[in-house]
Amino acid sequence: MITRTTRLVAIAAAALSVVAAACSDDNDSSSSSPGSITVYSGRSEELVKPLLDQFSAETGITIEFRAGDSGELAAQLITEGDASPADVFFSQDAGALGALQKAGMLSTLPDELLSPVPGAYRSADGEWVGTSGRVRVLVINPDLVANPPTTVDELLDPQWKGRIGFAPSNASWQSFVTGLRVLRGDDGAREWLEGFAANDPVAYEKNGAVRDAVNSGEVAIGLVNHYYLYEKIAADGAANVRAVNQFLAPGDAGGLVNVAGVGVLKSSGNRTAALALVEFLLSETAQRYFAEKTFEYPLVAGVALPDGLPTLDELDPPAIDLSDLDTLAETQELLADVGLLTR
Amino acid sequence: MKRDRPPLALIVPAAAASLVAVVPIWYLVDRSLDRGVDEVRDELWRRRTLDLVLNSVGLSAAVTALCVIIGVAAAWLVVRSNLAGRRFLHVAFALPLAVPSYLAAFAWISWRPQVAGFSGAVLVLTLVSYPYVMLPVAAALSRLDPGQEDVARSLGHSRLQVLLRLTLPQLRTSIAAGALLVALYVLSDFGAVAAMRYEAFTWVIYGAYRAGFNPSRAAILASVLVLLALVLVIAESSARGRAAARVGSGSPRVGTPVELGRATPLAYLFSAAVLLPAVVFPMWRIITWVTESVTADVQFSDVRDALWNTVKLAALAAAATIVLAFPVGVLAARSRGALGRVFERSTYVAHALPGIVVAISLVFVGVRLLRPIYLELPLLVLGYVVLFLPLAVGAVRNSVEQAPPRLEEVARSLGNGPMAVLRRITAPLALPGIGAGAAMVFLTTMKELPVTLVLRPTGTETLATRLWRHTSVSDYADAGPYALALVLFAAIPAALLAKATR
Repeated sequence: MITRTTRLVAIAAAALSVVAAACSDDNDSSSSSPGSITVYSGRSEELVKPLLDQFSAETGITIEFRAGDSGELAAQLITEGDASPADVFFSQDAGALGALQKAGMLSTLPDELLSPVPGAYRSADGEWVGTSGRVRVLVINPDLVANPPTTVDELLDPQWKGRIGFAPSNASWQSFVTGLRVLRGDDGAREWLEGFAANDPVAYEKNGAVRDAVNSGEVAIGLVNHYYLYEKIAADGAANVRAVNQFLAPGDAGGLVNVAGVGVLKSSGNRTAALALVEFLLSETAQRYFAEKTFEYPLVAGVALPDGLPTLDELDPPAIDLSDLDTLAETQELLADVGLLTR
Repeated sequence: MKRDRPPLALIVPAAAASLVAVVPIWYLVDRSLDRGVDEVRDELWRRRTLDLVLNSVGLSAAVTALCVIIGVAAAWLVVRSNLAGRRFLHVAFALPLAVPSYLAAFAWISWRPQVAGFSGAVLVLTLVSYPYVMLPVAAALSRLDPGQEDVARSLGHSRLQVLLRLTLPQLRTSIAAGALLVALYVLSDFGAVAAMRYEAFTWVIYGAYRAGFNPSRAAILASVLVLLALVLVIAESSARGRAAARVGSGSPRVGTPVELGRATPLAYLFSAAVLLPAVVFPMWRIITWVTESVTADVQFSDVRDALWNTVKLAALAAAATIVLAFPVGVLAARSRGALGRVFERSTYVAHALPGIVVAISLVFVGVRLLRPIYLELPLLVLGYVVLFLPLAVGAVRNSVEQAPPRLEEVARSLGNGPMAVLRRITAPLALPGIGAGAAMVFLTTMKELPVTLVLRPTGTETLATRLWRHTSVSDYADAGPYALALVLFAAIPAALLAKATR
């Protein structure tokens, strides 16, 4: 019995010492020390890390990078309040930035940073700025579609019954529906959604799966963002990809443009470095990186587009204030109600 | 009698554990009342809130019922039958514990999108959760005194009558404990129901964060889960009854295995029907991803680092959780007062909360009270403790309850003080439970994502965060090696758990 007790005590002691050791082995890296900023990022590390490394190399400013879901990071920032260790919030979409702005957590950015980006893709109050854009498009299989639709209303035609793919839980699809609610009102949006649901669209887990289904001919048309096609072309080679993008008619609700963007926290202890990062993200280097690496739209005028893309001006997307896209909860409720969200 | 007063050395740490466990509740109350009571009423008094609560309750009930059926049947087969290969099956039946629900759900949905919906959610959650029932039931079955059954048989009861009237009632405690964990877990799950597009209540909670950017609304909604958890915890403790410790002297005889005879093919069929979808299928999918990813840019050193971080965090979480769970478990098993019950139940309540709510509640407490360790390792470990305390509390309580209180009474009567009894009698009795609880917490921490993502020290990557990182941007191919490492290494504590209950 004594040996068992001794063993137990030994185990407990060992456990405690491990805890204690682990607790103390973390160096006290203060994020607000000069030359270092903390970035909360809803954009993935894979995507932006090479860019941030380049920024660090050029400026000597080190970056503490914390990735997460944009909305959850916004909740974390709101909960942290003034005590937040974050200096910069890099968000996957405008909605999370708008929420932080409403919570009074973002500082106003200098005009010279804001002005190169068109007014539609930054906060009206100057508290966040878009860094790259994505366009909702139809991806189509030309073997199956002779005359591609160019408006979302044409998708309600019975000839497409069971032949349209979409990703019901995808944030960009839900943003499109939110945009539709903004443009047509809740009743107008409901009417379109009911017509769409009646056409038996095929649900996929992700946009990539929608694109693949169109490419293989499983469905004829997919509702996705513009860059999924180019990702596939980059991976498989243009010769091996059948699918093509069909951009929507000017002003059509289906052609919504959403942006990823960035804001600087009021509580930032290193505003100079934080602003330097914003400036870098809007620099030609970074803008070209987005265009080439992710096939997104650069938002600063004068930066070349990915090959074959029409300009945002040519596309003439629907005029929607991106900060009005913060009612996704109601959108999900509507989608659930018409049977397009869940099973 | 003095023995009714548990020593302060137990009460104080148990109270501390209980306090840690209710941190999320403090946060939820604070945030919910942020915008006044009217807001709370408006938020809750909605048709959709009620619908989704019913969806979740329905899902939880269905999964729990299936887990009890599968768990009890599997436990009986591997412990009491003469099925050839039952030792191997015992371990195999525990392996689904190594598969995170989000991974299992994605394995199915990316293979056959049609499985989405209620049935898909039930399928996935049942297959990953039934071991929570099977393991404690198998342990209890192997401890049952076969003498009683022999007597019942000799008095003319049929096999079935013995099973229904003698064996099953004695398993009530372990079935109830496992069922409670399953029911709470299903209420809290988001990964599987999201992939399966079954609109459970956690949808609106995650929606409030991800789409509504409204932590207050999320807090109000999450409070509903706390209330549901309270109801379940109280229901369980009345279903549980008081565990009966064996009173005979000596060690129990090993029972004669029941001859399956012509039912043998049926037993193998059952085993295959469970193990194929629960173990073989996800492994096949993961291996497919890995082979597809040979072209993908995955560095071996990244996998190794993530594995090392995962193991380190899991070990710390297991150690810290056990230290706090021990006094609670002992009090729950031994004290007849209300205090022990209150402490124990309080540790279960947060178990119905989705990970993100626990994470944000620790952000709330962290920045206010624990600033020096905010976004440092100790706060993350504290997060794991809040999440997984009930797994360890249950295991400790279970082991202590197995031993008759008379052992401690005798030790007291021989002049030992309460601390000496605790050290020399109770603690050694709790050792199997400590081991089982530690393994369970270790395993579950390995799979944990939401709290890890929010609270981890900057730059720390675990297998789960790597999985998330790759799956959130692209296809599963890049994530394959991480998924494989996670499932293989989590299978080790799962197998140990099965071995320990034999």
